[in-house]
Amino acid sequence: MTTQRLYKPRISVLWWLSRRSYTLFVLRELSSLFVGWAVVYLLLLIRAVAGGPVAYQRFLHWSASPWAIVLNVVTAAFLLYHTVTFINLTPQAMVVQVRGRRVPPRLLLGPLYLAWLVVSAVLVWLVVG
Amino acid sequence: MPEEITLQVARYRPEQEDRPTFDEYKVPLRKDWAVLDGLNYIKDELDGTLSYRWSCRMGICGSCGARVNGEPKLTCGTFLTDYAPGPVRIEPLANFPIIRDLVVDLTDFLVKLGAVQPWLIRDEDKPVEEGEYLQTPAELDEYKQFSMCINCMLCYSACPVYGLDDKFLGPAAIALAQRYNLDSRDEGADRRLTVLSQPEGVWGCTFVGECSRACPKGVDPAGAIQRYKLTAATAAVKKLLMPWGQR
Repeated sequence: MTTQRLYKPRISVLWWLSRRSYTLFVLRELSSLFVGWAVVYLLLLIRAVAGGPVAYQRFLHWSASPWAIVLNVVTAAFLLYHTVTFINLTPQAMVVQVRGRRVPPRLLLGPLYLAWLVVSAVLVWLVVG
Repeated sequence: MPEEITLQVARYRPEQEDRPTFDEYKVPLRKDWAVLDGLNYIKDELDGTLSYRWSCRMGICGSCGARVNGEPKLTCGTFLTDYAPGPVRIEPLANFPIIRDLVVDLTDFLVKLGAVQPWLIRDEDKPVEEGEYLQTPAELDEYKQFSMCINCMLCYSACPVYGLDDKFLGPAAIALAQRYNLDSRDEGADRRLTVLSQPEGVWGCTFVGECSRACPKGVDPAGAIQRYKLTAATAAVKKLLMPWGQR
C-alpha cells in the first residue's frame, strides 16, 4: 500500500491583500491600536489638566505639532471606521427578542446609531458650547 | 455569446509533480451549464484523469465545492455564463491539504465535527410509548437556519483564521454545535461547552464574517459563533461566582 502524498498549500503573509473583505477586516483589527492611542491621549490630557495651566499649555503646544495632528487625524478616521463596523456587526452577534419574536437586525441598528449621535452631540456641546 | 469558454483547472498529480499546476480546457458555453457540467464534460470528453467530487447536482449534498475565480462556490450552482467570456479558474477549496486535482482532505473537519457531538443528547430518553418530543414552530425557528448546513466546507475555505491556524474549530462545526444547543429537545449544551469554549473554539474567531457570506445555504456561522461567545462568557462568570453550583 502506498501512502498519500498530500499537498499542503501555504498562506502568503500578504493573504489579507488577496480580497477586499480581508483587507477591510485587517484594517478593522488595526483600528484597535488607534482606539488604544485615543485612550492614552485622553489620559495625557487629564494629567495635563490636573497639572495646572502651565502643564495644560505645554500639552496644547505638543498637540499642535504637525506629527501629533497627523496622528490624531488618522486616529479619528480609524475611530470612525471602528465604531461603524462595530455597530454594523452588533445585530449579527446579538439576538434580541420582544414578546417572543426576534427583532429584525436592521431595527437594532437604529437605536445604536441614535445613541452614538446623542453621545457625540453631548460631547460637542460640552467642548464647544 | 461565444460558443466555448476556457476552464483553467488546477491539477495535482502527486505521483508526477510536487505542486499543483493548471491545465486549460475548452468546454461548450451553454446557458444552462454550471461549472460542474463543464468539469463533467472535461472528464467525459477531454481528459478522464481529472479528479473532483460531486453527487447531487442540486446544492444539497455539499460535495462539489471548489474555488471559482478565487471564490469558494458550489460548482453545481455556479453558472458558466456568469463568467463569460472567461477564462474561468477552478481550484480546490483553500485551507485544506490537496489529495488530487480538486479533491481535498476533509479529515480534520470530520474529527472536529465529531468533537462537538452534533446529535440530540438527552440526560434520560423518555420511553417510546410516551411519544415524540414535541416542538413549537418558534422553537424550531431557533435552530432551523443552522440545520441547513450541508458540510460543503465553503466556509472553511473562506475563513482566514482557519487557514492560518488549523487548530481552530471552524465555522461549520460551531454552527452545527449551535444547531443542537438551540434545539429545545437537546440537553447536551454543557458537554459541548468544554469543546466550544476552548481558545481554539469560539474564541479563535475574530469575526471576519466571510464564512456567512460564502455559505450557499444562508447559514450564518459568524453569527452563531458571536452568540456562543456570550454563552461561554456567561457560563465562565457563573462558574467563577458559583463554583459549587451547576452550570
